[in-house]
Amino acid sequence: MSERTTSPSTAPTDGSEIALSVRNLRVSYGEREVLHGISLEVRHRETLVILGGSGSGKSTLLRALVGLAKPSGGEIWAYGVNLCAARPAELAAYRKKLGISFQGGALFGSMTVAENVALPLREHTRLEESTIEIMVRLKLDQVGLAGFENYRPSELSGGMKKRAAVARALAMDPQILFFDEPSAGLDPIIAAGIDHLILNLKQAFPMTVVVVTHELASAFLIADRMVLIDKGNILAIGTPGEFRASTQPRVRQFLDRVAETEVTGETGYLQMLTERRPREYRND
Amino acid sequence: MEPAASLGQKTLAGLAYLGGLAKLGLRAAYYAFIGPFRGKPLRMSRAIHQAMAVGVGALPILTLISFFIGVILALQGAYELRKFGALNYVSSAVAISVTRELGPLITAIVVIGRSGSAFAAEIGTMKVTEEIDALETMALDPVQFLVTPKFLAMAAMLPCLTIWADTMGVFGGALFGVTGAGFTFDRYMRATLEALEMRDLTTGLIKSVVFGGTITAVGCYEGFCTGAGAEQVGRSTTASVVTSIFLVIAVDLVFTALFYVLGRT
Repeated sequence: MSERTTSPSTAPTDGSEIALSVRNLRVSYGEREVLHGISLEVRHRETLVILGGSGSGKSTLLRALVGLAKPSGGEIWAYGVNLCAARPAELAAYRKKLGISFQGGALFGSMTVAENVALPLREHTRLEESTIEIMVRLKLDQVGLAGFENYRPSELSGGMKKRAAVARALAMDPQILFFDEPSAGLDPIIAAGIDHLILNLKQAFPMTVVVVTHELASAFLIADRMVLIDKGNILAIGTPGEFRASTQPRVRQFLDRVAETEVTGETGYLQMLTERRPREYRND
Repeated sequence: MEPAASLGQKTLAGLAYLGGLAKLGLRAAYYAFIGPFRGKPLRMSRAIHQAMAVGVGALPILTLISFFIGVILALQGAYELRKFGALNYVSSAVAISVTRELGPLITAIVVIGRSGSAFAAEIGTMKVTEEIDALETMALDPVQFLVTPKFLAMAAMLPCLTIWADTMGVFGGALFGVTGAGFTFDRYMRATLEALEMRDLTTGLIKSVVFGGTITAVGCYEGFCTGAGAEQVGRSTTASVVTSIFLVIAVDLVFTALFYVLGRT
C-alpha cells in the first residue's frame, strides 16, 4: 500500500485511464484550512471509497470534486479542465457528466419523484415529453422505485428517498457518480440494499463511482480502492485487501473501531498529557 | 476609537449587503431580459405560478386592510377638515394620500409578510436540505431557476395589487363620505376622480415596482445566506421581513422626495 500518494506527474491527464486527478488540493473555510494538500487520482470505471471520521474533511473533498467548494490552492483535473480555474461554461459542461446522490437526497420538495428525475432531462436535452416519461420510468425501475412516479419526496421513507436521488443522479447517464454518505440515517438492512444498488448499477453501466462514507462494512463491500482521510490529510490509499493488511496504527484504529484514548481518573489524565502520540501516522 | 471602528464596520457590512442585493437583482435581470436571447429560456410557468401566489393569494387580506385604511384616513381627515368647514375635501384627501402613498406602502407591507418571508423560507430550506447544491451540480443556476421567476411575478403583480388597494382605499373613504359627510356614492366618486391626476397614480405605481424588486431581492438574498440548520431558516425569514420593511420605507422616502422635487418644477 502506498504511504500517501506520491506527487502525480505534471503531464495533464489524457482522460483514458484517469477520470479525476487531484493535486495538492487545499480547501479553507474562512481562516480554518480543512484539507491540507490532498493528492489522489480517481481511475476510470473504478469505485473509489473515501473513508474518514466525522470532521475529517471527506465531505469537503467531495464538494470540491463536484465544484461546490472553492479550493484555496491546488488543482483538480477532469476531462482536460482544471476545475479550480474553470470558466462557468466549462464547469457546467463538467457537471453535466456527473450524477450526485446527496446525503439527505436533496430531492425538490415541490415536485413529484418523476418530475425530480425528469428535471435534468427537461433542462439539458431536447427530448420529447413521451421519451422523457419512458426514461424516467426506466431510471426509477433501475433503483427499485417503479410505481412511485407521482409520490412527493415527503411521502417516501429514508431509503426510498436515497433511491429516488440515485435515479435523479442517473438521469443524464453520468460518467462519474458521486455518493455522499449513502447509508447515513438508514437501518442496516436498507443500507445494505443501497450498497447492492451501487454494485448492480456498476455492473449495468460502466461508470466511475466515488463514495464518501464512514461505514466500514459498506466500504469494503463496494470499493475497488479506498482512501482514508484524517484531519484533512490522506492517511492511506489502497485496495480493501491492502487496507485489511495495514499495520499503520491510525489506519488500524479506524478499521478496528478503537475509540480515542478515554481518560479515566487522575492518573489517566496525567498519562494523556505526558504521553507521546505515535509518529508513524503523521505523514508530514 | 471603539465606537468609530464599530460604526465603520457596520457601514461596510451594510454596503456589502446592498451590494449583494444589487448583484442578485442584476443577475436575475440578466436571465429575464438577456438570457432568453442566448438560449436560456424563461421559466414562464414558474413565474405564473409565483404570480398567482404573490398576487391572487394576497387579494382578500389586502382588500380588507386597504378598505379599513381608507375609512381611517377619511375619519382622521374629517376630524381636521370639519374645523374649517371643508368636509367636502375629504374625498380628495383620501384619494391623493391613498394613491400616492398608502396604497403602494400597504401593498408592499402585506406582500412582505406573505411573499417576501415565503421566498426567504423557501430558498433557505432548499439551502439547508442541499437542494440548492443539487441545482448547481445539475448545471442549473439557482438564480435563473428560482429568483428570476419571482422577480417577474413581483414586477407584474405589485402594481396590479397597488391599483386594487388604491380602489379599495377610495371605497373605504366613500363609506365614511356617504354615511358621515353627506356625499352620495356617485358624488363622492366624481369628486375623487376630479381630485386625482394621472401623475398621482403613476408615482404610486412606479414606487410599487421598485418595492417589488426590493422585497424579492431581500427575500431571496436572505434565503441564500441561510446557514446550516433548520433554526437558521427561521432567522432568515425574520431578517427578510425586518430588512424589507426598512428598505421599502427608505426607498419610499427617496422616491417621495424625488417626486416632490420633480413636481415643483
